Amino acid sequence: MTLRFNTFAAPSRFYALAGALVPWFWGAALLFGVAGLYVGFAIAPTDFQQGDAYRIIFIHVPAAWMSMLIYLVLAFWAAWGWMLNARMASMYARALAPTGALFTFIALWTGALWGKPTWGTWWVWDARLTSEFILLLMYLGYIALTEAIDDPRRAANAGALLALVGAVNVPIIYFSVRWWNTLHQGSSISMSTAPKMVSTMLTAMLLMTFCFWAYSLAVVFTRARAIVLEQESDTEWVRALAR
Amino acid sequence: MISLLLSVAHRDLLLARRRRVEALLPLGFFIVAAGLFPIGVGPEPQTLRQIAPGVVWVCALLAAMLSVTQMFASDHQDGSLEQMLLASQPLLVIVGGKVLAHWLTSGVPLVLAAPLIGVLFDMNAQAIGTLALTLLLGTPILSLLGAVGAALTLGLRSGAALVFLLVLPLTVPALIFGTGAVAAVDNGLSAQAHVSLLGALLIFTLLGAPLATAAALRISLD
Repeated sequence: MTLRFNTFAAPSRFYALAGALVPWFWGAALLFGVAGLYVGFAIAPTDFQQGDAYRIIFIHVPAAWMSMLIYLVLAFWAAWGWMLNARMASMYARALAPTGALFTFIALWTGALWGKPTWGTWWVWDARLTSEFILLLMYLGYIALTEAIDDPRRAANAGALLALVGAVNVPIIYFSVRWWNTLHQGSSISMSTAPKMVSTMLTAMLLMTFCFWAYSLAVVFTRARAIVLEQESDTEWVRALAR
Repeated sequence: MISLLLSVAHRDLLLARRRRVEALLPLGFFIVAAGLFPIGVGPEPQTLRQIAPGVVWVCALLAAMLSVTQMFASDHQDGSLEQMLLASQPLLVIVGGKVLAHWLTSGVPLVLAAPLIGVLFDMNAQAIGTLALTLLLGTPILSLLGAVGAALTLGLRSGAALVFLLVLPLTVPALIFGTGAVAAVDNGLSAQAHVSLLGALLIFTLLGAPLATAAALRISLD
């Protein structure tokens, strides 16, 4: 079978490919996770200012990166599905949303856990935290809209439009919130409380990023397979699977 | 083009005038909601002066979202919205006319009522003037963004509640600049930066939102 760039736009072929790849993603996630956590907790040195409390950075920063990356990927695939009428792309976008929302929540939660011992407070309304919070609301809005519409095509296209409008808005929100803060009072708490990147710390952070990436792929592919079965339930190949 | 926009707006205004009480419900909500804050927070004038811009703006946001689904709901129910999509005239202009009518019926009353709330919250004259100006620039933004939300949730059961969740995060920059302008004036600084940014936001939204609304209408009705 010759591979074209749109070979896996067919739900049945995506289903098969995803099923084959998911175990490898889980394996990669496990390997990178173990490596990252080992380097982060056993090898990276104790921070001069924050002691050992900083080590939550190895979860917090990769989660925040994934939350933003997944939103862009979601917007891309949703727009692709809308523009080209490619339903696999739309199904994939829907599969991405819960994982993106989860990472946003983890970033906010671990941030709060980090903030309490180091800043003395669980929360502060500075630019990054506020815009991350709004990103969570946008994920929830996307999920709410696509779940509220019964017709899959209308749901996917409406979600795509919402994701695009949100993608345009995220930089505006970030900069407006930053200007809001700096126009009145300077940030007394620096957001770059991350320690100077000793190379072991950077390594651990990158390893955890790859871990989260592999985990995302594993989970999103699994969810996408479930969505494919749901939306293609009246096709012959799905009925054959059910038998 | 302009005549089409004005005739669509005129039709919607006429329809709103026949149900005057319904059209003024958002204003009623605005006044009631804003009036609840002194009761809840306590009558201390210093506190009220501090929270006033935020309270007025948030209540304006919520009031605008309340009425936004009306833009398309009745036309959708009787089929005239589909005719508008099928018309040879640009959908963009028709959407613009509806947004204009919505702003005139629900946004402008808020701008006019805001000084009243400002007095209740013991704001000084300059702050009230700035508040009214920011609302004058901000309420069209709310109507434009609300139109996108209303078009996306057209005909859905939970449409009204969904609009809040979808649109309110998008209105955050307007909220920030609007309240920031009043806070600057309160601190003796110039509000020019905030007002300029709010104006820029209005222009940007004017360029983008009707397009998004037209696209959303086509998604919802096909």
